[in-house]
Amino acid sequence: MRTLKGTIMDAAAIERTITRLAHEILERNKGASNIAIIGIRTRGEFLARRVAERIEKVEGIHPDLGFLDITLYRDDLLGKLEQPMMKGTDILFDITGKDLIILDDVLYTGRTIRAALDGLIDLGRPRTIQLAVLIDRGHRQLPIKADYVGKNVATSANESIRVHLKEIDGEDSILLMHPEKEGK
Amino acid sequence: MKIEKAIDIVLRNVRIIDPLTDRDEVRDIHLVDGMIGKIASGLKGGASTRSVDLTGVVAAPGFLDMHVHLREPGFEHKETIETGCMAAAAGGFTGVCCMPNTNPAIDDESVIRLIQEKSRRALLGLVDVHPIGAVTIGRKGEHLAPMAEMAAAGAVAFTDDGDPVHDAELMRRALEYAGMFNRPVIQHAQDIPMTRGGVMNEGFCSTELGLPGMPAAAEDVMISRDILLAGYTGGQYHVAHMSTAGAVDLVRAAKVKGLRVTCEVTPHHFFLTDDAVRSFDTNTKMNPPLRTKFDVDAIREGLRDGTIDVIATDHAPHSFDEKQVEFQSAPFGIVGLETAIGLAVTELVYRGILSLDRLVRLFSVNPRRILHLPDVTITEGARANLTLFSPDQSWTVDPLRFHSLSRNTPFAGLTLRGKPFAVANNGVICWSD
Amino acid sequence: MPLKSRHLLGLHGMPREDIELILETAISFREVLDRPIKKVPPLQGKTIANMFFENSTRTRLSFELAERRLSADVLGFQTSGSSVSKGETLKDTARNIEAMKVDMVVMRHWAAGAPHYLSNVIDANVINAGDGAHEHPTQALLDLYTIHEKHGKIAGLHVCLVGDILHSRVARSNIYGLTALGAKVSVCGPATMIPHGIERLGVQVFHHLDEVIGNVDVLNVLRVQLERDAGRFFPSLREYHHSYGITKGRLEKAGKPITIMHPGPINRDVELSSDVADGEHSVILQQVLNGVAVRMAILYLLATGNQ
Repeated sequence: MRTLKGTIMDAAAIERTITRLAHEILERNKGASNIAIIGIRTRGEFLARRVAERIEKVEGIHPDLGFLDITLYRDDLLGKLEQPMMKGTDILFDITGKDLIILDDVLYTGRTIRAALDGLIDLGRPRTIQLAVLIDRGHRQLPIKADYVGKNVATSANESIRVHLKEIDGEDSILLMHPEKEGK
Repeated sequence: MKIEKAIDIVLRNVRIIDPLTDRDEVRDIHLVDGMIGKIASGLKGGASTRSVDLTGVVAAPGFLDMHVHLREPGFEHKETIETGCMAAAAGGFTGVCCMPNTNPAIDDESVIRLIQEKSRRALLGLVDVHPIGAVTIGRKGEHLAPMAEMAAAGAVAFTDDGDPVHDAELMRRALEYAGMFNRPVIQHAQDIPMTRGGVMNEGFCSTELGLPGMPAAAEDVMISRDILLAGYTGGQYHVAHMSTAGAVDLVRAAKVKGLRVTCEVTPHHFFLTDDAVRSFDTNTKMNPPLRTKFDVDAIREGLRDGTIDVIATDHAPHSFDEKQVEFQSAPFGIVGLETAIGLAVTELVYRGILSLDRLVRLFSVNPRRILHLPDVTITEGARANLTLFSPDQSWTVDPLRFHSLSRNTPFAGLTLRGKPFAVANNGVICWSD
Repeated sequence: MPLKSRHLLGLHGMPREDIELILETAISFREVLDRPIKKVPPLQGKTIANMFFENSTRTRLSFELAERRLSADVLGFQTSGSSVSKGETLKDTARNIEAMKVDMVVMRHWAAGAPHYLSNVIDANVINAGDGAHEHPTQALLDLYTIHEKHGKIAGLHVCLVGDILHSRVARSNIYGLTALGAKVSVCGPATMIPHGIERLGVQVFHHLDEVIGNVDVLNVLRVQLERDAGRFFPSLREYHHSYGITKGRLEKAGKPITIMHPGPINRDVELSSDVADGEHSVILQQVLNGVAVRMAILYLLATGNQ
């Protein structure tokens, strides 16, 4: 059982961050005409929906929205103790030529994003792939960098970050948890 | 296994069960030079007499297995006459009848003489081997084999076992001809076209497993026909390895009519059902196949009410590699000499279906009567021909400890009650492990 | 949560949750087959041996395609006739394959129980691609997937298997799978080709097609084996077609649309008339594509199952 060390973001902070990320994406890409938002399942899907909705409010255009299941591209499939459940990929538009914005909740080792890149390249040839995350907690194991970051949080490797989103967890919060206690 | 000459031994406190002399009591038996000396309590014998305490052991007239495949000549990688006799002795048998599906078949006197010679040299001649000759030359089902010559040489019966005598006309002639020498015709009853490709009993189990089946009717159809022929010719007819409820009814009715019809069952046919095949273990593949619970119940009832005359194992050794193939490709048959007493005591005596006296009749008295061999009794002055076994002793079947060359049994790891203890015959006594 | 067994030998006794997991996983792989790049990496580095001891083109190709789509390395091995007659036992063939460090074996064999035997003798995962008349689990699973795709459910549907049930592994596996998922199952065929005691598997038996065609949702039409059966189990193909052939006329009499399935290859105008095989209610071609997805799902679940 882990115990709470601190709250990284509350519901209000999450909303403000999502708004800011949406604005940054629009600024860098000079509008919404060629972008597509790709949420990494599971929680990335809900963040992607919110960002897309925010962009529509500002620009009047709802960008193409897709959801990626990276299970088949993981590098740790053969050897995990628990077999990962497949969630399905739903990208119903052609990604070739588009500026894709991958959206995920936490950027950590970078392996999830590496898997996402492999999955997306199999689907077509985007013009650019950019990465937006709510939290960057460091400890990269691969050369992956986020283009848009909600908040940088310094963590130690044995601490954990819990993301709750109201769509599936009933509330919005991002919590930092202490390491696992011995003997529990 | 330990073999020695039965020169001067007192078997103390042994329970003698001898149906032909109506004896069931605990006594001592003094064996001298292969003969039964005195039978009384408190025997001491002489200075050089060995004394063995056999409390808890039953002494019965020697058991005879009238359906054994010794495989020699021709298939010595599965079994030889010597290893077959060792398996018989280890299993509690002082006599066996060997089947003619050897190579060459036992269809003339030269093969009979070979078998007799080899059996005399095995285990100091302890086990009596009675050859059964083929009904037809080469067991091909076409021409009668020289039964007169074989009978004179020592054949005790005739069969094409492994195969049926399929042609009704030929079966009729065989019953007539063999009848002249007072020899029974033993039939492996199986209608061939009805069972083509079959590898197990046809029933719900074969439906689930998708394996081609052999219906019980294919056995009954032939027995029914043969019984009519036995009635018509007055010949003596014996059903080998009977396995179906229908067959039990047919034999029962034939006996009521007073026909010279007898039958035998194997231990696996009163112990296992076709559900055992679900494992696809090739040691559950035999012919006739394991049948349904309905058939097994009828067999047990037939044993109880006396319709069934004999328990015979159909001991059918096959080498390990031969059985390590797909179920459909595997040869039919399992070994049985070394598990027969255990299975019979566990499943029939302990369940109250048979008394020990009845068991001894099935293993010892009836086979000899059917084959017109001299009765064996436990009486003073008679030649010692004894089967000693402990009905209450538990033991676990371990094929690696079999004396047979082959290990193809479905009973590995099973714990049984009723263990063979020793056998004595022809001046020799052999103690089991 | 992985499948309960490390092999796929049959649907008899397979827990309902395992069947549902395979079908659900197959949905994701079906989507992969619609992509421009129809390949995913999970089985990269895994070696799969396809051991086919019985002739089969479509099942073999389907498995091969599924394996390559998962980025596995494929070893093909075909032979016909008894391994005994060829001089090498099944056990030795298997041991040789294993010595080459194969991870999974897909086996089709003419002898029932051969994959069970293999799974006891080698370490690799064993997938039964059809063993004698016993089971053909991947076919039944793709049939279940196809029914669900067309009807949105399986429970409560009435599915009838038509033809030579006696010799059919497709029938047996389908019966086990359909009853596990709550469908109502019947079989229809000549009395000579309905095996003993099949009602005990929970199916209704019909000998006349017109007795059942009025209230059935799906007909799964089985192939008739010309060489073996004509003359012994039924008098002639003409009579078989007359009694059991699925024709447009027969289907019209039913009054409601009936989904038509067939494991293939079709004997046109024997089991099915051409216009029905190619008609609007036939899902035969969908079965083929779904077969690749279902096989991908099975290979994926077994390879990543870790037992």
